[in-house]
Amino acid sequence: MKVQSSPSIAHQPLALVHANLIDPAASERIDGGVLIVDGLIRGIGPSVAAPNLPAHARIIDCAGDCVAPGLIDMRAFVGEPGAEHRETIATATAAAAAGGVTTILCRPDTNPPVDDAAVVDFLLRRARDTGRVRVIPSAALTQGLRGVEIAEIGLLQQAGAVAFTDGAHSIRNAQVMRRAMVYARDFDALIIHYAEDRDLAAEGVMNEGEFASRLGLAGIPREAEAIILDRDIRLVNLTGARYHAALVTSALSLDIISKAKDAGLPVTCAVSINHLTLNESDIGDYRTFLKLAPPLRHEDERRALVAGLASGLIDVIVSDHDPQDVETKRLPFAEAEYGAIGLETMLSAALRLVNSGEISLRRLIAAMTLRPAEILGLPQGRLAIGAPADLIRFDPSEPYVVDPLKLRSRCKNTPFDDARMEGRVKLTLVAGEIVFEME
Amino acid sequence: MCSPARELKFPHRHLLGIEGLSPVDIAILLDLSEAAIEVSRQVEKKRSTLRGRTLINLFFEASTRTQSSFELAGKRLGADVMNMSVATSSVKKGETLIDTAMTLNAMRPDIIVVRHAQAGAVHLLAKKVDCSVVNAGDGAHEHPTQALLDALTIRRNKGAISGLVVAICGDILHSRVARSNILLLSALGARVRAVGPSTLLPAGIERMGVEVFRDMQAGLEGADIVMMLRLQRERMQGGFIPSPREYFRFFGLDEAKLKLAKPDALVMHPGPMNRGVEIDSSVADGSQSRIREQVEMGVAVRMAVLEALAQHLPNG
Repeated sequence: MKVQSSPSIAHQPLALVHANLIDPAASERIDGGVLIVDGLIRGIGPSVAAPNLPAHARIIDCAGDCVAPGLIDMRAFVGEPGAEHRETIATATAAAAAGGVTTILCRPDTNPPVDDAAVVDFLLRRARDTGRVRVIPSAALTQGLRGVEIAEIGLLQQAGAVAFTDGAHSIRNAQVMRRAMVYARDFDALIIHYAEDRDLAAEGVMNEGEFASRLGLAGIPREAEAIILDRDIRLVNLTGARYHAALVTSALSLDIISKAKDAGLPVTCAVSINHLTLNESDIGDYRTFLKLAPPLRHEDERRALVAGLASGLIDVIVSDHDPQDVETKRLPFAEAEYGAIGLETMLSAALRLVNSGEISLRRLIAAMTLRPAEILGLPQGRLAIGAPADLIRFDPSEPYVVDPLKLRSRCKNTPFDDARMEGRVKLTLVAGEIVFEME
Repeated sequence: MCSPARELKFPHRHLLGIEGLSPVDIAILLDLSEAAIEVSRQVEKKRSTLRGRTLINLFFEASTRTQSSFELAGKRLGADVMNMSVATSSVKKGETLIDTAMTLNAMRPDIIVVRHAQAGAVHLLAKKVDCSVVNAGDGAHEHPTQALLDALTIRRNKGAISGLVVAICGDILHSRVARSNILLLSALGARVRAVGPSTLLPAGIERMGVEVFRDMQAGLEGADIVMMLRLQRERMQGGFIPSPREYFRFFGLDEAKLKLAKPDALVMHPGPMNRGVEIDSSVADGSQSRIREQVEMGVAVRMAVLEALAQHLPNG
């Protein structure tokens, strides 16, 4: 697999010392440092301290802060090509760097969509030239994202696409999905699917239930997700394709994933940071920044998702970063666009779960580093000798208030506007080079 | 005659819904309405409460009775009334909403009455303007003045609302009238029933403090008030119910079904009616019907609402 080498390799060795090392693969806490040489991790642990370092090494004293692998975000919309008014690779990666995200898997539902090797190539070049962190493309699973004909999975993969998905589109036709799976399996290609029965979701704009009924808004039942997910898992069983559920939002879906995993199927799933930390009640007085697809669910579902994450049933946390400009959000709820930005606030929001005792820090970090790396076949996301030095330093309890105007994304549609957060990124490295440092 | 509530001031700047109103707030508006009825029954109907004030009726959805009712209410209180019916394409609706709100706001109206096809649209508009805003119906969310006029009609006929059994029947799923009435009548102590086929009942309705009946006969038994809802034409064929005639058989109010309610039960309907679909003509025009009285109460309630909000206007 090709790792894009965009941020140039630093030649002066760098040592992060006096850190609480969060190794997602380890079972215990390690204190010490990380030594970086030529963009790779060359030393880890207590031995990385003053007397043992190369003479010309730059030393950063972390003063007891956490050091972990940089986050890998498996679902983000970066605007390019075609929606540069919403986001660019430059602005998305600036937000990512500030949020501790060092690798972004970008969505292919762009304009034109990423269903041609030339577009993959374009993205990789744009990422190299304008990106502050790594951007790796996912490609369309079907041509034009139309859900009818299979995309050129082989050619797209050779060009550098690491996963295949129709982004925000759910494939309606089971025959198309089956053929895509059969074909993808031959290339050992990963399919990422957004599961939603569009006929059942119909006119719905938020979670179905009492709250939607009170607001007079049409609801989307949990079953809209579960039905397609269930269909997909049966097709995985039939075809053997590697399948990743892009976003699960309810206990119904977790049941299906759990059975698939128990049966040994090559199935993984992700949850968005929004669904882990917010629920439908946060929509309150028709707040369109909380209009998401799939919709925010009931608090019971959120709790089930947190439990699923803690048990390892849910593999990955994604930002589901989806910048929308103000005009498409300043509308009556049913007419407003879906989506929220999340790259810059993902870690802080996720740390809420640690600070409230709902999940361990190591498990949380693993879901944003090691697990996505394993699923995507990437060498980063690890605190290991020889791994790329994509690293973050953060204080897991530093308080701050989210100021939307200071966020680096081109759009300010954060569901966490003016929210109190605990835990903040102070330093972000990609291939050993500093791409963000808090003033 | 002044009840204690008359002495209190309505504490809200807007009337966006019944949600958020206390029973005292509701009582203030109903008592003001009683006075407005007297005004409307005189030869000289004009008052000067809103003299010099500008009222804009901003209707993004067609309406005859609500709009004319607000217009008359405003005029009887002496306001200058402007009616705007904004024809909108479905795509441009939202933009038009904000743009229109800003434009109208610059003309310094005192009260804007808004109807919009989308739930929450009136709340959104209220955030953008400096004047008072009245919700005249937003999507399937709320229609507070309809609920108030229904409550006024009931109170005048039955003396009180507390303890009455009110059966709200029909297309509750798409009905803002039903939502506002459920909130208001429950707040005043009525026992509210939601009666309709499951396809026309919103999810989680049983948690909104109502008793749910899928069988109309059972739902009408012992009812003091039978409140029928309009079945929207576009929902009649196949989508939610198989056909109008099947609907009428099971959920249309005819004399036989009405006999199951209390002998002195009142029949109500927010209008416009589909005769022969949700209600039989003999019942609509029968002795138990209060449908025309509701229309009269509508003007009174809207006068009361405008008067109550005017207390918050600058220089008011």
